[in-house]
Amino acid sequence: MGIVDRSEPMKATASQGRPIVRMRGVRKAFGPRVILEGLDLDVGAGEKVALIGPSGSGKTTILRLLIGLTEPDAGTIEIDGQYLWHSSRGGTLERADEAHARQVRRCVGMVFQQFNLFPHMTALQNVHEPMEQVLRLKRPEAKERARALLARVGLGEHVDKRPSQLSGGQQQRVAIARSLGLQPKLMLFDEVTSALDPELVGEVLGVLRELAHETDMTMLIVTHEIRFAADIADRVLVFDAGRVVEDGSPEIVLKDPSHPRTRQFLRAILER
Amino acid sequence: MRGALWDWAYAWSVMPDLMRGFALTVQLTLISAALALSLGFVWSVVRLAGVPLLSPLAWFAAEFFRGTPFLIQLYVVFYVLPNYGIAFSPDATGVLVLGVYGAARSVELYRAGLESLPQGQWEACLALNLPLSYVWRRAVIPQVAPVVLPMLGNLVIVMFKDSAVLSTITVLELVSRARDAGLASFRFLEPLTLAGLLYWAVSYAAARGVRRLEARGGHR
Repeated sequence: MGIVDRSEPMKATASQGRPIVRMRGVRKAFGPRVILEGLDLDVGAGEKVALIGPSGSGKTTILRLLIGLTEPDAGTIEIDGQYLWHSSRGGTLERADEAHARQVRRCVGMVFQQFNLFPHMTALQNVHEPMEQVLRLKRPEAKERARALLARVGLGEHVDKRPSQLSGGQQQRVAIARSLGLQPKLMLFDEVTSALDPELVGEVLGVLRELAHETDMTMLIVTHEIRFAADIADRVLVFDAGRVVEDGSPEIVLKDPSHPRTRQFLRAILER
Repeated sequence: MRGALWDWAYAWSVMPDLMRGFALTVQLTLISAALALSLGFVWSVVRLAGVPLLSPLAWFAAEFFRGTPFLIQLYVVFYVLPNYGIAFSPDATGVLVLGVYGAARSVELYRAGLESLPQGQWEACLALNLPLSYVWRRAVIPQVAPVVLPMLGNLVIVMFKDSAVLSTITVLELVSRARDAGLASFRFLEPLTLAGLLYWAVSYAAARGVRRLEARGGHR
């Protein structure tokens, strides 16, 4: 019981203050396959939320919806008080365009399973060029901040290397620095260690842990690393077949799950 | 000397004419290649952009031009369109038709290049909220160019050889000159052989250049 806050009883679903994410009645299907149906989800500013559940249960789809990589078939998504795909005019919601979505998702960052770095650029260019483009920083300042970010994720020595010269874990840390550079309020982590060799997982989780403990950024983390989730999350959501079947603090959800499906899933994962 | 297998003096005498034809062939090829590659780029962007009506039309037009013989297209523009008041000089007709034909073929190459870019690259650009101009200039083109440039190079080589067909609409390019020289003296061996060698020399050198381009692309 190192950190006192965590052992205090709290209502896990309560999002302190204004929610940064508010999803209402969200439906998403790919062809005949319904991934999410009638999903309501609030995430409070600053919360660190772990999303766990079997593959295909809709966790990744939620992240992709929140950054606008896919559009919901129905329902609304609000990011930091603004509708992502709608604009509210005189109390009624109207369908908004791509330019509107673009503006709303400026405060959202995402780190992908496959890193998706630009392979022809150095680590430094991968980080500082988006800062110039999106934050409109002058090059010297962007470079300086990018160096600082890369040093912070432990890559101070590797700023001039290309992705192909870095290990998977190092590439993923560049990708995290690249997202952080844009100063998002909400960061989405999509199975960021799944593509890594086992010995490289720790270094990436270490960066995430530090971010979780030292920043007030809201973090949504899709992961299969249950112990890691228990360690850094304030709140764990367990998904099954597009629905939230557990929602609470890691102590409650992971140690004493109410839903039989959760027990089954956790057992399967912990026994790996 | 008439019965000799190869008449050097005659071969030498037709060279100035052949070189004039060769110069025109190279010029026509370069102009139509410039037209083909730039028009083809815009054409494939329109095709892939998903604009209602316009994109399917671009798709259909590319399929149509690729799927009909170049010679027919050439004859239609040269012999049919003038009946409707649309007439170009032989050289202009040649550049236009060869250029459009090349553009239609390049649409497929640009498409293949763009599809070689992993979906994750586009997704990262969107997730980072990067402006579209930057996405193309710094993310897409530098990654796609090493794939597309060798293919476009090969297309230009094919266009260079296809330009021989322009001899059928009185363009005085290399084949026309060789044929005319042969008709004037009833000796075809020397002019046709020399013309063939000129085509081969350029194609071979260009193909080597393309291969070097490919090798460089592979190292990235």
